[in-house]
Amino acid sequence: MKRQMNHPADAQNTGALLRASRWRLWEPLLWLAVMFAPLVFKSHALLVNEIAIVAMFALSLDLILGYTGIVSLGHAAFLGFGAYSAALFAKHLNPDPLLGLAVGTAAATVLGALCSFTIQRGSDLTRLMVTLGVSLILYELANKLDWLTGGADGLQGVTMGPLLGRFEFDLYGQTAAWYSLTVLLLIFLLSRRLVHSPFGATLEAVRDNRLRAMAIGIPVGARLSVVYTVAAGIAGAAGALLAQTTGFAALDIFSFERSADLMLILVIGGIGWLYGGLAGALVFILMREGIASITPQYWTFWIGLFLVVLVLVGRDRLLRPWTWFGKARNQSGKPAGERQ
Amino acid sequence: MSAPTVLRAENLVKRFGGITATDNVTLDVVKGARHALIGPNGAGKTTLINLLTGVLPPTSGRIILDGADITQLAPHQRVRRGMVRTFQINQLFGSFTPLETLAMTVSQHMGLGRRWWQPLGAEAEVRRRCEDLLGQFHLGDVRNVKTEHLAYGKRRLLEIAIALACEPRVLLLDEPVAGVPPGEREELLRTVAALPADVSVLLIEHDMDLVFEFARFITVLVNGALLTEGEPDAIANDPQVKAVYLGHGEAVGL
Repeated sequence: MKRQMNHPADAQNTGALLRASRWRLWEPLLWLAVMFAPLVFKSHALLVNEIAIVAMFALSLDLILGYTGIVSLGHAAFLGFGAYSAALFAKHLNPDPLLGLAVGTAAATVLGALCSFTIQRGSDLTRLMVTLGVSLILYELANKLDWLTGGADGLQGVTMGPLLGRFEFDLYGQTAAWYSLTVLLLIFLLSRRLVHSPFGATLEAVRDNRLRAMAIGIPVGARLSVVYTVAAGIAGAAGALLAQTTGFAALDIFSFERSADLMLILVIGGIGWLYGGLAGALVFILMREGIASITPQYWTFWIGLFLVVLVLVGRDRLLRPWTWFGKARNQSGKPAGERQ
Repeated sequence: MSAPTVLRAENLVKRFGGITATDNVTLDVVKGARHALIGPNGAGKTTLINLLTGVLPPTSGRIILDGADITQLAPHQRVRRGMVRTFQINQLFGSFTPLETLAMTVSQHMGLGRRWWQPLGAEAEVRRRCEDLLGQFHLGDVRNVKTEHLAYGKRRLLEIAIALACEPRVLLLDEPVAGVPPGEREELLRTVAALPADVSVLLIEHDMDLVFEFARFITVLVNGALLTEGEPDAIANDPQVKAVYLGHGEAVGL
């Protein structure tokens, strides 16, 4: 019987395995909407640009935190390193944006590869401290080396050339928003491939059970290094975009608050499904803008309150207000499709 | 015992502070072995497995696999050389389904673990191996249930299936049937016993009936040291072994 079943069973396996990596209907629609955002919100293109960059930064953290289980409180190190590298490159060598993006990405990738040895050993707590330490070191370096970085004043006077030699960066952020969204989409496509691959599955195996991952032959240390390096490169790309589209690299890009906000963004959006960074960045920045326009001083109070409510009530229930009252009918119903 | 030695522990010692958990153990596992490692609780059986697989570094001594010294190799490197283990306490991937677990393990074993551009399960060979393992271990009906929601018996089966997905040449089983319902125990051990003749199996087990049914060679460990070893009949009639187990019984009787 088993033998005869072979064919349908294989189809069943194929279906079950490949379902996770297949595009769902809402995904291309979502991206289509996202790519038209600078047109629809013409007067808020700068905000769209910022959301795209922060989303990319959060996606990078999701790769290491959500998929591999590496906690980090210093991911801003790579954002900042990418930003300063791209800014310095534009200021002193070549104003071409794409070249600068490549330089920023490459610089952060190299830094990530070097730092990846610091996260191999120890517990979550030691990783939090080590990653935080690296970002603090870079912060202080950028502060002290003011002949190069401008110190506390930030690196000013970064003027970018036109994108692809044709599209000038405008004051309203149209070009910037298109540029960042396009890079975000490309990075997302690559990341999506990666997490649904055998490589991605071994990362999740390391996250779920490191001891067993080793016991089936996964070189855990090498996996951690590779994904940390890739994530650093993506964070560097986000940093390069930030410096290029704002024409500025400020010292606070390395700050602890940046890394901490990033964690909040992933808590809001959810880890381990790639869209968490996008959703989190959107909600976080819109809340900041919305609340700051009402009470500019106390917006962190409201975002704090929101986080407490979010964690206590749960994201799924918060998104389904109709389940708030009456009996919880669907208690056993698992949140659909959040993770493969 | 004319078969060549595949895995050899040579004068292995492991001390935790003042406690000697493994006391100068020399052990040979021959090719195609159905070898059992028995001993009362606290005899150091699991510690020995942890030393062999590289989870713990030995205080002194050597481990030799296929004639090569592997004492310094990391756990995953020993797996690549064909030595795979199971765990006494399930070590599974909670967010994976059995199908995903096996597809990931088989992919890693086939050398696809670094492939990032292709979906998991894109290779027909991976899916075929998964199908065989799911059938062999009665996991077909729960293939798409997350491991953290599986019943204990099924988890135990998955624990063993993962090890076999690595196609071991030397398989170390740490109390594989602990907690498995009686009806399925025999079947599970039969599956293990029916592995290809050139696969060497070292079994740690408490259930003496199972041990004597399965093993063709038995090593007895007491207080971290090797007490005796030999064929099942010899061990069953060994006065020293009887004393250890009877003595254990008397202590409980008090």
